[in-house]
Amino acid sequence: MVDHTVKAFDSEIGQLRGLVAEMGGLAEVAIRDAITALVHHDEELAAQVVAADARLDALEAEVDRLAVRTIALRAPMADDLRDVIAALKISGVIERIGDYAKNIAKRVNALEGRMKIDPVTLVPTMAEIAESMVRDVLNAYGSRDATLAVEVIKRDQKLDQFYNTLFRSLLTHMMENPATITSAAQLLFIARNLERIGDHATNVAEMVYYAATGEYCTERDSLTDDTSSGMLS
Amino acid sequence: MTEANITSAKIAARNVDVFYGQKKAINDVSIDIDNGIVTAFIGPSGCGKSTFLRTLNRMNDTIAGARVDGQILLDGEDIYAPSMDSVALRARVGMVFQKPNPFPKSIYENIAYGPRIHGLASAKSDMDRIVENALTKAGLWEEVKDRLNDAGTALSGGQQQRLCIARAIAVSPEVILMDEPCSALDPIATARIEELIDELKESFAIVIVTHSMQQAARVSQRTAFFHLGSMVEYGETDQIFTNPRETRTKDYITGRYG
Repeated sequence: MVDHTVKAFDSEIGQLRGLVAEMGGLAEVAIRDAITALVHHDEELAAQVVAADARLDALEAEVDRLAVRTIALRAPMADDLRDVIAALKISGVIERIGDYAKNIAKRVNALEGRMKIDPVTLVPTMAEIAESMVRDVLNAYGSRDATLAVEVIKRDQKLDQFYNTLFRSLLTHMMENPATITSAAQLLFIARNLERIGDHATNVAEMVYYAATGEYCTERDSLTDDTSSGMLS
Repeated sequence: MTEANITSAKIAARNVDVFYGQKKAINDVSIDIDNGIVTAFIGPSGCGKSTFLRTLNRMNDTIAGARVDGQILLDGEDIYAPSMDSVALRARVGMVFQKPNPFPKSIYENIAYGPRIHGLASAKSDMDRIVENALTKAGLWEEVKDRLNDAGTALSGGQQQRLCIARAIAVSPEVILMDEPCSALDPIATARIEELIDELKESFAIVIVTHSMQQAARVSQRTAFFHLGSMVEYGETDQIFTNPRETRTKDYITGRYG
């Protein structure tokens, strides 16, 4: 892309995009560490994930300030405007993703005797999908790649299916082993958090698509979100 | 061109070229300009936007060596047809210029001049009504009603520009062309003119040439981008400023034009 005549404008947009990319990287690490802490019952690592979330919050505030400043001082237009608005919205969503990872980390202590529950083996695989969605959507953001964004949106279906499977097997497990209900419920919340991370990554993907093309993405309309029906079955 | 003649547009330009001597200033521009909205022409200096604006009421007639090819239709009528009276045309298609240019006469006479030469008022009371009406529409009446005999040139810049708009309105035009109407005004006077433009669009088709993209975004519903004598892109203003189709448009409005 051709540079702006006013050089400071380029550096501000670059700074905004850099901050969002940094947030995405931190969120990705948070998800991975939270799951590692869970699998290895590593309370120290879990505490680190919780503490690291403050950095995401601070970065989000910084994106807010810089975006407002850029709008006020530069009056961005066209793809610049879409870029700034996308940065503003995406940073808010990534901050939420960080909260979900933190929430998972907080449950590490509460989850006793987790290895006795069969469905737990599904969680790391599910987490891998969620993490890959966050990683790829940030790559799509970095390279303004609408095709990759659409691919991420489609991948959310897989995560939803995982969640529904996990939900049903945990329910069965709780009925058969009432003694493990506390742990199973914790695990259910963790799965729910991962499923929500996928939804948020999908939201980011739609913003990336809009910023890159100027068109609203209709991909999700053609897919069905069956996580709510899964709750009822 | 039957196709052009059936358009519902207030002004329809078809394949318009403008030459200054040998130099081609406008290249094959076709555009429909509708009633009830503001159409903005934007583009870098020398892109032809003012030249094209001036073809719409034959202001280029006064420039030696200027020639217009193609068709410009006002309500389906070719304004360059030999039968078209250019003075009558300019009463229908008025113009407001960059620098306020009131006549060196009283405020009242500035407004009354046009209606008088076009024979729009026979009695003094008719003329009084036209003057009050035009000044009211231009949002100037309250400020000047007690000093209508003062010189128009004694008003502030913003008031002078509104006086010029009132003068254009006084002959009951159908279209008002504005060439950088706010570039000599401060932000408050600019805001008042923009508010005025927004009100006037109910009654007239308005075409505005502006260097301020923010102004084009604020006042217009459609925007045309000109570059090197061609119209690169024409569309809804919100589309042009959020998602232009053409790279040249995008580079210009985002400040990448080099």
